[in-house]
Amino acid sequence: MKIHGHSTYEPQSGFTRWLDKRLPIVRLTHDSFVAYPTPRNLNYWWTFGAMLALCLVVQIVTGIVLAMHYIPHVDFAFASVQRIERDIPYGWLIQNMHAVGASMFFLAVYIHMFRGLYYGSYKAPRELLWILGCLIYALMVATAFLGYTLPWGQMSFWGATVITNILGALPLVGESIQVWIRGGGAIDQPTLNRFFSLHYLLPFVIAGVVALHIWALHEAGQNNPTGVDVKKKEDTVPFTPHATLKDLFATSLFVILFAVFIFYMPDALGHADNFIPANPLQTPPEIVPEWYLLPFYAILRAFDFNIGPIDSKLAGVLAMFASIGILFVLPWLDTSRVRSMRYRPIARQFFIIFVVVCVVLGWCGGQNPGRILVPATFSATLNWTQGGQVIEQPVTSQGAAQWDEAEQAARASLTEQGAGMTAVQRAGADRGTATGVIGGAVQTRTVTAHSVDELEAQINGVTEEVGQSAPFFQVERRIPFTFTVTTLSQIMTAYYFLFFLIILPILGLRETPGRVPDTIAKPVIGGEEAGAS
Amino acid sequence: MLRAFTAAAAAVVALVGAAFAAGEAEHPEDHPYSFDSPVGGYDMGAVQRGFQVYAQVCAACHGMDHLAYRHLGEKGGPFALYRVRNHETGEEELHVGAPAHGGHFVDVVDNPYVRSIAEAAVISDVDPNTGQLTDRPGRISDRFRAPFPNETAARAANGGAYPVDLSVITSARHGGADYIRSLLIGYDGESEGVLYHNPYFPGGWIAMPPPLSEGMVAYADGSPTTVEQYATDVTHFLQWAADPHMEERKRTGIVVLAFLIALSVLLWLSYKQVWRNESH
Repeated sequence: MKIHGHSTYEPQSGFTRWLDKRLPIVRLTHDSFVAYPTPRNLNYWWTFGAMLALCLVVQIVTGIVLAMHYIPHVDFAFASVQRIERDIPYGWLIQNMHAVGASMFFLAVYIHMFRGLYYGSYKAPRELLWILGCLIYALMVATAFLGYTLPWGQMSFWGATVITNILGALPLVGESIQVWIRGGGAIDQPTLNRFFSLHYLLPFVIAGVVALHIWALHEAGQNNPTGVDVKKKEDTVPFTPHATLKDLFATSLFVILFAVFIFYMPDALGHADNFIPANPLQTPPEIVPEWYLLPFYAILRAFDFNIGPIDSKLAGVLAMFASIGILFVLPWLDTSRVRSMRYRPIARQFFIIFVVVCVVLGWCGGQNPGRILVPATFSATLNWTQGGQVIEQPVTSQGAAQWDEAEQAARASLTEQGAGMTAVQRAGADRGTATGVIGGAVQTRTVTAHSVDELEAQINGVTEEVGQSAPFFQVERRIPFTFTVTTLSQIMTAYYFLFFLIILPILGLRETPGRVPDTIAKPVIGGEEAGAS
Repeated sequence: MLRAFTAAAAAVVALVGAAFAAGEAEHPEDHPYSFDSPVGGYDMGAVQRGFQVYAQVCAACHGMDHLAYRHLGEKGGPFALYRVRNHETGEEELHVGAPAHGGHFVDVVDNPYVRSIAEAAVISDVDPNTGQLTDRPGRISDRFRAPFPNETAARAANGGAYPVDLSVITSARHGGADYIRSLLIGYDGESEGVLYHNPYFPGGWIAMPPPLSEGMVAYADGSPTTVEQYATDVTHFLQWAADPHMEERKRTGIVVLAFLIALSVLLWLSYKQVWRNESH
């Protein structure tokens, strides 16, 4: 890893001098993690990289131990996890660390990514650094999804079913991909085996990309809260001990939170249904992914409408992949020449909304999509005739297209005969029966409810009360526009994409940024107000 | 305008947060269990009584596949045995459950309580001489005896309903122990065919008949033999069964957190020391 400026490493002993000529690994470490110049104004948002490194190590180490005891078989997987928790010495601790560790990993990565977004860490010359980070994140999502299948609980099985199902929505290749990934028509033993294999493989791929990520970081140098490039020596401090100790302190606090979950609420972030062994014959009442994937689940489900030739299912899949894919091209979407949003007052407000939108999307992903958020009144008016003389008449039309005409004619004919109310029951595409009643008392009742189901229950209640015999049961339903979780997800999804595709590109060209300091050191050492640092 | 938009967004979020979802089932009654608090352990008396209720009532239909008889006598189990020296007589006495201090854990192989519990069970196994299926008394290494050989047999004997495995039942249900306890005491006497009404069960109708009745299990320790007491005890046992290492977990947590907090303080001081002459 080449570092700006020449190396300051000087081998002290005969052995290190000998080694330095042949494999300068100590020099590399010294230049990368000791002498490496770090901007002096980094704030605590810059400490999450260290936490992420720790998370990766924890996941790999605990995962390797778990793999020694886990059995990737549909009949034994659930039991083997139970055996780890009950009988393996400290198995409960290792299993909890791995399960909670996944959540902590995502918590840290989300903060790390939001930090990059806020301070413009994706802009030149750090585009590749950002893209490598996005790649790591995508690999993390894949690894977490694969890993969640392994305990073979209800949510494992049905989560895998839902996600592999949606891949089937892709045109032409969808079904082949689905069968290829599952290793058969449904989630079964072949799926579990390959998911286990890939779940073991991917973390090492992540580790490889992390190495590239750190390499790219050390080549371009760290960004900093002002977004101003490092210009002179006063702008920086050596990585060790300055950044090392700050990272260690912040990581220590992070581990405290980690420990609180491991020891006091190990199952709080999971779903109760995953303690029920997988049952392919019984769909759970709700299928939800782990919390860290909920925003994408909400985007997937936001598309309950077709877009031209694209049906809703495919649109949801494409949007879900696009929501991660768009991060890869972010460096070219943001047109602003100012990196840090500290000096972009308008962009900052849009950014804050963006963070809120992501959180709300996560909330939406965990809710029943049909849940009504703004109370609305559903009502129906029921008309029927009590008593009177019933007359009937068959209705036929030339074809299905002429049905409406025929229906109108039949109704008119009945009305002419003196019927007060008429109704038509269709028996086929072009056949039916028109019924009318002469005389009798017209009855009307209106029912109201707070949801469609409730309304139908009310209507059924009235039907039962009046009796099926009342022939002219006309029901006029008034279904208002309802603001549901899906509606909210749609608004939030729209903002998610607008933020990247419209707001950042246009705002960068039109916004007048605040005054950016000339150097990093100036606001810090020069005594000017520097903001949070 | 942006501020107004932000405010509107905040209002939407608040509204969403306030919106109330119509619950299907009644919320379980909150019972003050000893294990609720971050430092609370199990009331081993209740776990022992609960095991008795399970063995005499629940086990007729419900299995606990992930538990072995030996688990009852391992450290943290309800019948864990300790050898404690009596300070007055100087004699060693056996003590069920971890003593306040001192005491030597008796290996579960030598635990007479667990042995007698295991031996009381009739386990179907292959006879080592003939190779035929035969019945033998249980060993401590056996899993809890399954009431039915398979799911089909279980359904056939229970009018089509499957009595679920109870090994991790308190983890596998929203509401945990409170839900199980509420369900056991929540029957209101209404029934329809093979279904019984229970307001705590999602949907309201459950295939399990009211399992507990007053006085059906005789307690040796003089605890009341009411349905509520049985339900509380058996739930306590089920919670232990689902989370047998909870006490060890919470104990370890205190040490780990104390260490981490001390470490954080030291790191903070070091950090301050290193940066004392650096503006940042």
